Amino acid sequence: MGDSSLQIIAYCCEHCAYAAADLAGGLRMQYPPEIKVVQLPCTGKLDVLMVLQALEDGDDGILVAG
Amino acid sequence: MTPVGAAMVIGGGIAGMQASLDLADQGFKVYLVEQNSAIGGKMAQLDKTFPTNDCAMCTISPKLVEVGRHPNIQVMTNTEVADIQGQVGDFTVYLDHQPRYVDPSKCVSCGDCTKVCPVVIPDRFNEGLAPRRAIYKLYPQAVPNAYAIEKRGIAPCRDACPAGQRAQGYIALIREGRWQDALRVIKMDNPFPGICGRICNHRCETACNRGLVDEPINIRALKRFVTDKVYASPRQPVEAAPRRYEQSVAVIGAGPCGLTAAQDLTLAGYKVTVFEAMPVAGGMLRLGVPEYRLPTEIIEREVQDIIDLGVDLRLNHRINNLDEVFQQGYNAVLIAVGAHEGIRLPIPGADLEGVLVNTHFLRDVRLGVYQKDEKVSSSIPHPSSLGKRVLVLGGGNVAIDCARTAVRLGLETVSLACLENGEQMPAHPWEVEAAEAEGVHLYPGRAFERILDDGNGHVGGVECTQVASFSFDERGRLHVEKVPNSNHVIACDTVIFSVGQRAGLAFIPGDANVGLTDRQTIAINSNTLATSRAGVFAAGDCISGTAFVIESVDRGHIAAQSITRYLRGEPLEPPPRPELPVVHLSQPEIAGRLARGEIHRQRRIPMPELPVAQRRDNFAEVEGGYDESSAQAEASRCLACGICSECMSCVFACGAKAIEHDRIALAETVHVGAVILAPGYQLYHAELSEEFGYGRYPNVITALQFERLLSASGPTMGHIQRPSDGQKPRRIAFLQCVGSRDQSHDYCSAVCCMYATKEAVIAKEHDPELDIHVFMMDMRAFSKGYWGYFERARGRYGVQYHRCRVSALREDPETHEIIVRYSDGGEGASSLAQVKFDLVVLSVGMEISPEVRELGRRIGIELDDYGFCRTGDQAWCRDTSLGHLHTSRRGIYAVGPFREPKDIPESVVEASGAAAAAAADIHAARFTLTTAREYPPERDVRGEPPRIGVFVCHCGSNIAGFLDVAMVTQYAAALPGVAHAEANLYTCSQDSIRHITEVIKERGLNRVVVASCTPLTHAPLFQDSLRAAGLNPYLFEMANIRNQCSWVHSHEWDTATAKSKDLVRMAVARAALLQPQYTIQLPVERAALVVGGGAAGMAASLSLAEQGFQVHLVEKEAELGGNLRWIYTAPPAVNGGSPPETPQQVLQRMEAQVQAHEKISLHLNSRVVANSGFMGNFTSVIQEPSGRRREIAHGVTILAIGAQEYRGPEYGYGSDSRILTQMELEALLSQRTCESANQRIGESAISDPPSSIGNRQSSINNLQSVVMIQCVGPAEKFCSRICCTVALKNALALKECNPDVEVTILYRDIRTYGFKERLYTEARRRGVLFVRYDDEYKPEVRVLDNKHPGYSNKSAMAKPWSDRPGGVDVIEPSTANGPQLTVNVRDAVLGRMLELKPDLVVLSMPAVPNRGTHELSALFKVPTDADGFFLEAHVKLRPVDFATDGVFMAGMAHYPKLLEESVIQAQAAAARAARVLSRETLTAGGRVAVVDETRCTGCLTCVRICPFQVPKIQANLTGVGNILGAAYIEAAVCQGCGQCVAECPARAIQLLHYTDAQMMAKVRALVMPEVVFLPMAEIAIRE
Repeated sequence: MGDSSLQIIAYCCEHCAYAAADLAGGLRMQYPPEIKVVQLPCTGKLDVLMVLQALEDGDDGILVAG
Repeated sequence: MTPVGAAMVIGGGIAGMQASLDLADQGFKVYLVEQNSAIGGKMAQLDKTFPTNDCAMCTISPKLVEVGRHPNIQVMTNTEVADIQGQVGDFTVYLDHQPRYVDPSKCVSCGDCTKVCPVVIPDRFNEGLAPRRAIYKLYPQAVPNAYAIEKRGIAPCRDACPAGQRAQGYIALIREGRWQDALRVIKMDNPFPGICGRICNHRCETACNRGLVDEPINIRALKRFVTDKVYASPRQPVEAAPRRYEQSVAVIGAGPCGLTAAQDLTLAGYKVTVFEAMPVAGGMLRLGVPEYRLPTEIIEREVQDIIDLGVDLRLNHRINNLDEVFQQGYNAVLIAVGAHEGIRLPIPGADLEGVLVNTHFLRDVRLGVYQKDEKVSSSIPHPSSLGKRVLVLGGGNVAIDCARTAVRLGLETVSLACLENGEQMPAHPWEVEAAEAEGVHLYPGRAFERILDDGNGHVGGVECTQVASFSFDERGRLHVEKVPNSNHVIACDTVIFSVGQRAGLAFIPGDANVGLTDRQTIAINSNTLATSRAGVFAAGDCISGTAFVIESVDRGHIAAQSITRYLRGEPLEPPPRPELPVVHLSQPEIAGRLARGEIHRQRRIPMPELPVAQRRDNFAEVEGGYDESSAQAEASRCLACGICSECMSCVFACGAKAIEHDRIALAETVHVGAVILAPGYQLYHAELSEEFGYGRYPNVITALQFERLLSASGPTMGHIQRPSDGQKPRRIAFLQCVGSRDQSHDYCSAVCCMYATKEAVIAKEHDPELDIHVFMMDMRAFSKGYWGYFERARGRYGVQYHRCRVSALREDPETHEIIVRYSDGGEGASSLAQVKFDLVVLSVGMEISPEVRELGRRIGIELDDYGFCRTGDQAWCRDTSLGHLHTSRRGIYAVGPFREPKDIPESVVEASGAAAAAAADIHAARFTLTTAREYPPERDVRGEPPRIGVFVCHCGSNIAGFLDVAMVTQYAAALPGVAHAEANLYTCSQDSIRHITEVIKERGLNRVVVASCTPLTHAPLFQDSLRAAGLNPYLFEMANIRNQCSWVHSHEWDTATAKSKDLVRMAVARAALLQPQYTIQLPVERAALVVGGGAAGMAASLSLAEQGFQVHLVEKEAELGGNLRWIYTAPPAVNGGSPPETPQQVLQRMEAQVQAHEKISLHLNSRVVANSGFMGNFTSVIQEPSGRRREIAHGVTILAIGAQEYRGPEYGYGSDSRILTQMELEALLSQRTCESANQRIGESAISDPPSSIGNRQSSINNLQSVVMIQCVGPAEKFCSRICCTVALKNALALKECNPDVEVTILYRDIRTYGFKERLYTEARRRGVLFVRYDDEYKPEVRVLDNKHPGYSNKSAMAKPWSDRPGGVDVIEPSTANGPQLTVNVRDAVLGRMLELKPDLVVLSMPAVPNRGTHELSALFKVPTDADGFFLEAHVKLRPVDFATDGVFMAGMAHYPKLLEESVIQAQAAAARAARVLSRETLTAGGRVAVVDETRCTGCLTCVRICPFQVPKIQANLTGVGNILGAAYIEAAVCQGCGQCVAECPARAIQLLHYTDAQMMAKVRALVMPEVVFLPMAEIAIRE
C-alpha cells in the first residue's frame, strides 16, 4: 500500500484523537501504514516548530487531530 | 462509636462512578457494586451527548479508567446485593458475587477467547443489533478490562444426556464449520461419538427447547455428521497418556462402560488392563448391534482411540476368578461384563433345535457364523441353517434388531410376535416402522404358550394366545389376561427369543466377598459403584440390565472417578457440586424471540435413508449422513439455551490461563458506614406498545438502538442503515413519549425530547440529505443550553417537528417502509397526512426494572408504584435540611433516575450530593480504611548513560499473529542505548509485570520501553513496575504496536513489522532523553469560602460543616435566604409522598442551623473584594459592614450567588398593577387564608399576616379570570426551567382558593419534566385552560380604557429593574375598577385568534443572573455562559466544577432551578470541595509547564491562552533583561496541556516530560533514522 518511503506524522491529542486511533485499532479499521501517530497532551501543545522541523527533516505530511 | 470508614455504591453507571470517586477521593474505602461484567452503565452505550455533541465514550472513558485504577475503589462486577443489615455508620452488606468465569487479574483482554467461542447471541450492549459471543467484553473500553463468560445455565440437551454431552457446544462448532473442535467437545464426555451418532436414543432431542418452536434439533444426526467428516480424513495418531501413578486397574469387559472407565483412568495416569472374553472389543456394540445400524469400522476406530492411549487390551481372556486378578497385582477391579446372556422363556419347547436367543443370534451374525463365503467379510451371510421362516419373540429394540437382521440374511418370512400391542411396544416407533417397511410381519398382543416340535426335534411353530391385557406387580412379575379360546399357531423354522438379557457372572463365586442382589446382579452403592468388596467396582449393563450405550458411558465415567478416589485414599462419595439451573425456555420468551426476529420457524432437516428396496439383501448402513450444508443449516437452528455451552474452546485459546469454568457464586459480607443506590433505569419495552409494531416491523427501532447505529464503534461502524435491508434511509421519523406521559406512565422521562433532537442532529451530520421528522407533544428543552440546541436542530439542521401524537404505525410489507399517519396541524386541523418513512425511532422512556424493585424490597426502602425510590420523605430527612437524597432508611441514599427520570448532569450532581451526605455520616472515619502503595526509594539515574530495556509484547496472537515480534525485538536490541530487549507473551500479565521489575534491577536499566498496546490504559501499570524497581515512573515510554500496527495493518505482515520497528525506534529515541520528574506536597488550607447565603449557599455550608470542615459563609445582605425569602408555597407533592414543607419553614430551619453551627463563620452584610491563590491555598479579602477588611485563607471556593426574577417591560409589566409576575402573585396568594389550601399545601408560614389580609383575600376570592403568559422576555431565548412548574403550582393554588376562577395559561411548551408532569395533569383535571401560542404570534396584552383605548404592551412603560421582588404591597388588583385588561392570542392548535378579558395577567418571568455575577466572575476569574450564568468545566460530567481547580458553583447562579435541585447541587459542590479539604496536602508537579523567567518578557500570552487561568505575572520575579515581573505557573494547578508552551513567543516555557528535545528526538527518529544512532552521550549533552 502506498510508497513506503512516505512518512506522515499524526499528532494526536491523548484525550480524544489518540483514543480514537486506539478504537480504530480495536475495530480493525485498516489505514495506510505511512501514518505514524505521535501522542500529545493536547493538540494545543503542538508547536509550529514540531511541524516545520519535521518537514525540514524529510517528513512528507502532518496530520493534526484533536 | 466511630463509623465504618467505607461506603458502598450500588450501580456502576455514571452516577455510581461519580459517587465512588467523590467518596474515595475524600479518604473513604468504596465498594462499587455492579451487576454487569463492566461498569459504565447506559452512558457507555451512547454515541454523543447533548447539548455539546461530545462523544459519550470520550468523556466517560477517562472516568472509567480513574475508577478502575483508584486505590480506594474496589469494583465488584457481576455482583448483587442480597441484603443490608445494621444502621447508619455500621451497615453489613451481604453480597452475591456471580461467577465471571474469567479471572480479571489474569485476563489481559487479548480477545483470543472470543475468536474461538462458537456461541452467538444478540449483543445487549448493541441493543441486539449485532451478535456477540458467550465470552465477551461488554464494550472495547470496558473497565475492568477483562472478558467474562455469560452462562444462563445447563442447556436441556446436556441435562438430559446421561453422559452430559455438551450438545449445544458441538452444534455451535458445527455451525461454524469447525469439525475437529466439535469432535473434541463430544469426546470430552463420550469416547464413542460415531457410535452414539448412530444408535443413541438421544434423550437430548426430547428435551430440546427448539421443540417448543417447531421441532427439536437433530442432535444425533449432527453428532454422526461430525464423525463422518473427521473420520473421512486419515486418522491422526493418538498420543499415549503419561503414566503418573504406580497403581494399576483391571477392567473386566471391553464394552462401552469398561472402555470409558479404562480411558478415564489411563488419562488420569493409571495403568489399565482390560480383559475381554470375546475375540473382539466393543462389547454389545460390536456383538449386539447389527452392522446395518453400526458399521464395524466405526467401532474399531473408536475403540482403537482408547487403546492407543496406553490401555492394555487382552482379548479372548475370560476372567474366571476375581481373586486371581488381585493376585496379579491390580489395585482395583471394575466389573463391566455387560448382559450377554439372552433369556429363554420357561415354556415348553424352549430348548428345541432352532430356538435361539437374541444375543447369540446377533453375535453370531456379526462374527460371521452365517457367512456364505468366509473370504468375503461383509457380504451376504449364509442363511440356510435358519430355514425359511424366522419368528422373533419380543417387542424391544433388540427384537427389532433380530428381525431386521434376519431380513438381511435373506430369509423368506420374518415375523415378530410380542406381548404388547403396537403402541405399547418398548421398541422405538421409528424402529418398528422401519422393520415393517422392510417386510417384517408383526404379531402384536400374543402370549407364548409353547414351541411346537416339527416332529424332528426342530422348531415347527409357536403356539400363542391373544392378550387382552397385562400388568406387572410390585415385584415385577408379569400378569397376563388372555382372550379365551384364542389359541393359534404361528408356523416357523427358527425362533429367536428376545425377551431380555442378563450378565454372566459365573466368575464370581460365593466366597468372593462381592455381594449379589436377589436378581442375581452385583450389589453396589449407586453413588460410588463400589461393591461390598474393597477395590471392586461394578458398572454397566451387568448392574442395570440392558441400557443404552450413553448410559454405559456415563457409568464408566463415574466408575473411573470412584476408582480414582479409591486409589488416592479419598472418601468414595462424590463431592457435592453446585449445578447451574437447567434452562427451560418459556412460551412467552420463545414468542418474544420470534417476534424480535431473533429466531425463525424452520423444521428440522431429515437424514437421508437407504431406500427399502436396497436394504433387504445386505448390511449396508440404512441411515445416511448429513452433508456439510444440511448439517450447518440444522446446527443453525440451535437456540443456544445455556448461552455458554462449556465447550472449552476458550480454555484452549487462552494463553494467560485466565478461564475458570468451575467457578461458583460466592457470598461475601462487607461492612460499610453508608450506602448509595445508583441502580439506574431500564428503557420501556417498546414491544408492549403493540400499535408501533416494534419487534414485528424491522425498521421500527428504539432510540438506544439508533444511538448504537450512530456510534462509530457500533454494529454498523456509524453508518445509519435500515435493519430490514441495510440500506441507507432517506426519511426518518422519531415518535416521542413512547412509555412516557401515557396511560401507564403519568410522568415525563425528561430526556427523550433532547436525545431525539440530538440523534436527529447527529444523523443529519452523518447525512445532510436525510429528511427527519419528530412527532412530539411538547419540546422539553428545559435545561442549560437545551433550547438553543433545539433551535439549531430546527433552524440549521432542518429537523422538522410536528406537534401530534402518532397513534399507530403500519408497515408496507413489500418495502418494509413504515407508514405514519398524522395531523399536519395546518389550517383545518382535521387534515391528515400519510407519509412513508424508511426508519422510525421510538423515543422510549425510563422505567425501573423488576430487579431494582426487588433490590429495594430486599433492603427495605420505600418505592413508589412505578418502583422509583421515595426520598427525603421522612421527618428526620427534613430535619437535616439536606435530606432530599435520603431513602426511607437512614444512611442509605438514592441518586439518578432511580429517584425520578433525569439526564446525565443531574444524575452526576446527585451522585456528588449523595457522596456529601454519606461523607457527613462517616466523616469521623476518613482515611481509616484506605490504602496507599509503598515503593522503594528512587534511584538517581541522572548522569548515567541510557540503559534502556525494551519489552515487546505478543499480546497472544493480537500482535504476534500479524507481525514479526521476534524481528522487532531483535531490531530493538540493536538500537543505541538499548541494554536489554525481550519479547513476552503478555507483557501486562501479573508475572510479566513482576518480571520487568526484576529485569530492571538485574540489568541495571534506567529507562523502559514497552512495545505493546495503548498507554492510555496500560502506562500506569508498567510505571508501577518501574517504581517497584526504584525507577522514577517518568522514565517510561510506550510504542503502541497493537492498536497502531498489528490491528490496523492486519493484512500486511512486512509493512506492519517495519512500522513496529519505526515506532519502537521512536520510543527508544525519546526514552533516552526522558528525565525523572518529581512531585511535591503542598499543604491544604482546610476551610471553605462560600459566597452567597441563599438556599444553595446555606446548604453548601451546612453540608461542608457536617462533613467536619470550617466554612466562611459570606452574604451581602443583612439576612440569609436569598430568593427563598420570597417563595411561599412548594408545589404539591408529586411523588405520592408526604406533603412538602413550605419554603418558609425550610428557610427558617436552615437559617437557624447555619447560625448555630460552630463550624460556620457567618459574614452578613459582607462582600468578597479580593481573591488570590490556587486550589488548596486561596486567600480572599472580605469587606465587613464596618468597612473593615478581613483576610481569609481557604482551600476551596463555592460560588452560590443565586439569580433573580426578570423584571422587564414585556406584556405591559410595570404599567398596570394587575399585570404582575409569578413571584408577585405568589406573595399575594400566600397571604390569603384559604383553609382547604392550607390543609393541602401545608401550614402557612406567615405567622403575622399583614393587616390588609382581609382585603386581599377577598380580592383573590373575587377573581374570575387569570391569564398566565409563559416564556417572557429572555425566556424566549433560553428556557428558565422552573417557570412552568411555578405557573402550574400557582394556578393550582388559585383553583384551590377559588375553584370558579378561570385560569388560562398561554404557553409555547409545557416543560414539566419528570414527576412534575403530574402537576400538569392535575391542572388540566382541575380545569386550568392551556392555550399554546407560536413564536410568530406572541400574545398581546392591552389595557383598554374607554377614554384612552388601546395601549398595548409595546407602549407600556417599563418599570425599572428592582433588586428583589418586593413590590407586592402596592398591588391591589381590583376586579371592579379600572380599564379592562385584554389579552389577544392566536391559539396554535385551533389556528384562531382568541380574546381573553382577565382580571389579572401573570407573567412567568424567567430567572436571570444576578447583577453581581459578572463582578464575581471577574474577581474569581471564572467564566460565564452567553446568558450570564456560570459556566461549568464540563456540562455533562463536571456540572458543579469550574475549569479553575478548587472553585465550585451551586444554585441558580449556575442555572434556574427548583429549591430541591439547588440544595442537591449545593451538596454536590460540597462533595467536590471536600475532596480537596479532606487532604492534608495536594500533590503538585510531574507533567507541568515551567517558566524559564530569564527568557520571559511578561507578554501575557500564556495568561491569556491558558484555559485554566493558571499562569500569572508575578511582580517579584525578574524577566528577560531584568524587567520587573515574569510569568509564574503554579505546579499545583497546572493541568499539563502545554498550550502555553506552544504559544510562548519567547520559548520561555517548557512542558516537563514533553520537552522540545524529547519530542523532536521522537519525530526525528522516524524521518531521520540515522539520528538515533548518534552516540547517546551526544544526545544527552544536547538535552
